[in-house]
Amino acid sequence: MATDTEPDAAAPTTASDATGGDGPDSDPGRVTFGWDGLRAGFLACLPVAVGVGGYGVAFGVLANQAGLSLAEAALMSMTVFAGASQIIAVELWADPLPIAAIVATTFAVNVRYALMGAALQSWFRHLSPGEIYSSLVLMADENWALSMQELASGSRRGAFLLGSGIALWLCWVASTVLGVLAGESVGDPARYGVDFILAAVFVALAVELWDGRSTLAPWLVALATSVLAATVLPGQWYIPLGGFAAAVVEVVRHDG
Amino acid sequence: MADVLSLDPLVVVVILAMTVVTVVAKVGGIWLVRHVEVSDRLQAGLDVLPGAIVIAVLGPELASGGPAEWGAAALVLAVMWRTESIILALVTGVVAVVSLRTLF
Repeated sequence: MATDTEPDAAAPTTASDATGGDGPDSDPGRVTFGWDGLRAGFLACLPVAVGVGGYGVAFGVLANQAGLSLAEAALMSMTVFAGASQIIAVELWADPLPIAAIVATTFAVNVRYALMGAALQSWFRHLSPGEIYSSLVLMADENWALSMQELASGSRRGAFLLGSGIALWLCWVASTVLGVLAGESVGDPARYGVDFILAAVFVALAVELWDGRSTLAPWLVALATSVLAATVLPGQWYIPLGGFAAAVVEVVRHDG
Repeated sequence: MADVLSLDPLVVVVILAMTVVTVVAKVGGIWLVRHVEVSDRLQAGLDVLPGAIVIAVLGPELASGGPAEWGAAALVLAVMWRTESIILALVTGVVAVVSLRTLF
């Protein structure tokens, strides 16, 4: 019986799918990757990107004070393109360079991007690897947040993330250059309070990363661990250690 | 200004290493969702990392400062909280620390 009906049943189903228009493949909401989405993302992100330029200028000034050349600071902004981790790397900058601490801290600060990228899976599964990876490399917190709003609104414009990333990247690199040039003309940092910019940037970052009262416990752990570690350990291992201790405590106390 | 274009080979290597781990983190999510079950518990731990590291940088830095730095940090916090403007917050902080240092 099964051998009789199978070929007959299969043929009409395929035909109706191809012409009927109600199958998943002919869904009118198919994800696109085109100029339209690229442009929309770029324009939506431009005001945000100008705001991010504030951090870029601060990063440039700090990179200059840490002894990086204009070319080195610009290269870092062009290739690493992850604000908080770059600012922390410049904080760690010393002679000799603590390479392992810098690279480990950079990874720890940026590992969240793995989960953020995964959250855009409903667009990505329709896109080619080239489209996915070019978008992900230009992903930062700000354009990810905008793209999640776009995704949640039912948009199928898959190039939105890339377009918004391009806007951010341009502002980030340009503002870094501006900051280095500004830092160059400042001279003695302490006299104009420039040595305080770093602490101020971190306070501002903390305000942005504050996620309500659930953030309090891990942050207190990070605070206690880092202050203690800074007094007993050499170098700047207190930074990754403070972060790691907070993550461990959060994993342990999480009730799910 | 001749040295603005200088690229120390070691610095370039460090920047490239930072780039590699950052790109791994950014594209790693697609690999992750296909191969690893990320529990809510682990995700919660990863989510607090950036903020915790920012606090870990700030803690010892402010602990080694004085009233001028603490006061200026409090002002940056207040301005950032109310206005969400990084430029305004930074300018306030720098002006505040310079003024407060003349007092303390």
